[in-house]
Amino acid sequence: MNKSGSRVINAIGRAVPTTVNGKPVVPYKGIGKHRPEGKKFGPRISSCADFPDNGDKRVATLQDALIKAGLKDGMTISTHHHFRNGDLIAVQIFDIAAALGIKDLVWFPSASFECHAPLIKYLEDGTIHHIEGSMNGQLGRFTSEGKMKGTGVLRSHGGRYQAVQDGEVEIDIAVIAAPTADFFGNANGVEGTAACGLLGFALVDSQYADKVIVVTDNVVPFPCVPWQIQGNYVDYVVEVAQVGLSSKIVSGTTQVTKSPDRLLIAELTASFCEQAGLIQHGFSFQAGAGGTSLSIGIYFAEILKAKGMKARFARGGSNQYLVSMLEEELVEYILDGQTFDLEGVRSMRENPRHVSTSPFTSYNYHGKGNFASMLDVVILGATEVDVNFNANVVTHSDGVLLHGIGGWQNCLFAKCTILPIPLFRDRIPVIRDEVTTICGPGELIDVIVTERGIAINPLRTDLIEKVKDSGLPVKSIQELKAEAEKICGVPARIQFEDDIVAVVKWVDGTVLDVIRKIKA
Amino acid sequence: MTHASIGKAGNDGEKDRSDCLITVELAPSGGVQVSLVSKVQALFGDSIIALGRQVADFFEIQHARITIADKGALPFVLAARLEAAIKKVMPTDKEFLLDMLPENTFPSMRDKHRFSRLYLPGNTPGLMINAGLHKPNAIILDLEDAVAHDKKDEARFLVRNALRSVDFKGAERMVRINQLPDGLEDLDVIIPHQVHVVLVPKCENARQLKLVNDRIAAIMQNNSHNQPVWLMPIVESALGVVNVFEIASSENVVAVAIGLEDYTADLGVNRTPSGTESLFARYQLVNACKAAGVQPIDSVFSDVADTDGLTQYVIQSKALGFEGMGCIHPRQIRVIHEHFAPGVQEIEYAKKVVTAFELANQQGLGVVSLGTKMIDAPVVKRAQRTIKLAIAMNKLSPNWKENTTESENV
Repeated sequence: MNKSGSRVINAIGRAVPTTVNGKPVVPYKGIGKHRPEGKKFGPRISSCADFPDNGDKRVATLQDALIKAGLKDGMTISTHHHFRNGDLIAVQIFDIAAALGIKDLVWFPSASFECHAPLIKYLEDGTIHHIEGSMNGQLGRFTSEGKMKGTGVLRSHGGRYQAVQDGEVEIDIAVIAAPTADFFGNANGVEGTAACGLLGFALVDSQYADKVIVVTDNVVPFPCVPWQIQGNYVDYVVEVAQVGLSSKIVSGTTQVTKSPDRLLIAELTASFCEQAGLIQHGFSFQAGAGGTSLSIGIYFAEILKAKGMKARFARGGSNQYLVSMLEEELVEYILDGQTFDLEGVRSMRENPRHVSTSPFTSYNYHGKGNFASMLDVVILGATEVDVNFNANVVTHSDGVLLHGIGGWQNCLFAKCTILPIPLFRDRIPVIRDEVTTICGPGELIDVIVTERGIAINPLRTDLIEKVKDSGLPVKSIQELKAEAEKICGVPARIQFEDDIVAVVKWVDGTVLDVIRKIKA
Repeated sequence: MTHASIGKAGNDGEKDRSDCLITVELAPSGGVQVSLVSKVQALFGDSIIALGRQVADFFEIQHARITIADKGALPFVLAARLEAAIKKVMPTDKEFLLDMLPENTFPSMRDKHRFSRLYLPGNTPGLMINAGLHKPNAIILDLEDAVAHDKKDEARFLVRNALRSVDFKGAERMVRINQLPDGLEDLDVIIPHQVHVVLVPKCENARQLKLVNDRIAAIMQNNSHNQPVWLMPIVESALGVVNVFEIASSENVVAVAIGLEDYTADLGVNRTPSGTESLFARYQLVNACKAAGVQPIDSVFSDVADTDGLTQYVIQSKALGFEGMGCIHPRQIRVIHEHFAPGVQEIEYAKKVVTAFELANQQGLGVVSLGTKMIDAPVVKRAQRTIKLAIAMNKLSPNWKENTTESENV
């Protein structure tokens, strides 16, 4: 069965459908080539006449709020992922919908986690038609096996903002879980037992959804400040006993790596940045939350300290290490998209230089610029890279969908994009002739750092020139691939069914690649 | 050796990576059946099953059930595990050998510097694969203390295969055998595969080293193998310390190491951070090694997280006259190199001495002088050694005489 109609070859050579879930889509045309015209999406006009003058928008239960919001078959329901694996609300929404006999909903989260695996039963019984967001872990495997009714749509954080702003996705009901809120719907993530730092991923939901429900376990008297979510967008406020599990909100990945091989990769990466002249007074960087990235941040701090320099800003995900750089004045501002640990939450609450941002400011490609493209250095991960520097972050080499895109695609626009990755994981080589799924075009990926050598994109003649006498182990990407295959052997090609189970959108809303059903 | 009806080899515990557990059961009929569960099934499933058949075929097995629980094991690991499991169910002298990497056939030298040697547990493949990337002077594939008693047989095959198939990136290739007499059987399996140095544990006298030398000579004769195999005995007892000079002067010995955990246990005292309880043994070992013209090598420092403690230990060790020590984690290598290597002032002084010596030679002078000071021959010898080391460690350009103005401290 082909759920997606006819296919065309897009600008990066992948066969992609022209309709997804019954709606027409635009195939990827190249970087910066798709220039849509027209106006942004406009939500319905509201009137204060429909809301209480005293500002109290509380309703008794989440079910009451969903019913008042008009929950019905086929609606698109959105949630955010600031509570990460400690989210208690998303599953409840669909428990309620299933009990009410509602069918064919679209779940539109900013990301999913293992705690959302219970939703598989609602994908099976037809309560949920498909997911547009990320499909991690068990949800990813379920999708890859072709069991989801509709086609999954994977977007970057910036792409999610773009899709809503441009009207590609119309959110019927946004449910915004908040650590703290007032009865008017002003909400933030810095206070409360489920404090998660900020609520930036839910900004677009609040601005554009038809109905907005704020759910909290910590109602404070008006005004709730800072109002990261503005109550003027909010229809209903629901108080629950517990909105999230704080122990799981703090990510388990924010530990510096102890693996000697990963430390070696981190050290080579920092050394490359130094030798290539990327670390300058007033520079800016973004490093992720993985163990290797954290170690790179620590090496950056040492280099800055030794040279008496400061970074002007770092983009978060913030964590204790970035916070200590801020407090030691090695970095002047953190422009933060999500806080990964409690130190990040504390710093955002207390330090005016630790600034809350959103996908609108940081990542949205259909805006008048964004912060990610201004970064001097960005450190990202990948599951696979091919000999043309195209990279994959969503599927593994066995073809199974396991991760979301996150801010990864958006960050590729930084001045220097570096992927520090092990050359092989157990026996699985990371550099392939062709990646299983293209998530980022190779022309935006500048450097691959592995424990066995550094490959620089031939397009970056400037970087090649800068490190040519550095003594760093610079090799061609073909040489690195050959080295891995000499050790691991040449992997077999994965066989797929023809069915498309999900599509990968580019930052401008075009279809970059597809994920096909794995062979049983 | 008695043969079981089911042979098992390898590991598939929660934390075992790059390894596999293989079960071989001979059957009366039905041919060779290979079943596989692997995390890399989609990419390498067919090639793993093919390897299973190839190994069974090599050992002339007609009928058997072979099950492979794989966690990303590389071919050299799979082959070692298959061989070990097969040898538990049937007698055979055959060996299934994968090709020797050409880069693994370089010789070593008696007086190579041996500041760091990284211990690699002989039955843990995951730690072997990238060991060379951390640039230790030597790697030690350890068959002794790091291998559980019931895993000794399978570890030999894994170590043998690692010697052939893993590129340790130029690190000297050492194997620590088991205590004699078991260690002699280890030699039979590993010696034909380009071992540079054999570590002989719990060494107490020269007689033991003669047994090792004789066994190695016999194996080499059978294999027309002619690169020297050096010995590094490890002295770990009071008696060993008493006999350390005869140990150090034995044939093929290039270095003697001290093992302080066992030594302090033998004395019945605790090993302390200050190390006063072992000072006698360390002095004695250094002195005997210098007298015999071999390298004295210090014990390992066991707290991996304590970099400052390690630094102090290395500084003290070098001051006592030791020329290297063992490492139990790659993170220790850099600290050890940094502090055993000649320092900036040491190199500058050595350059002056060597330059003055060469100038005196050119001018036909019998006496070397630096400024107003006369320089003795041993000082010149030490300076030459320092220069050689500094060049070997990239701390000095090999052309330092031509460009003395450029900065040599890379």
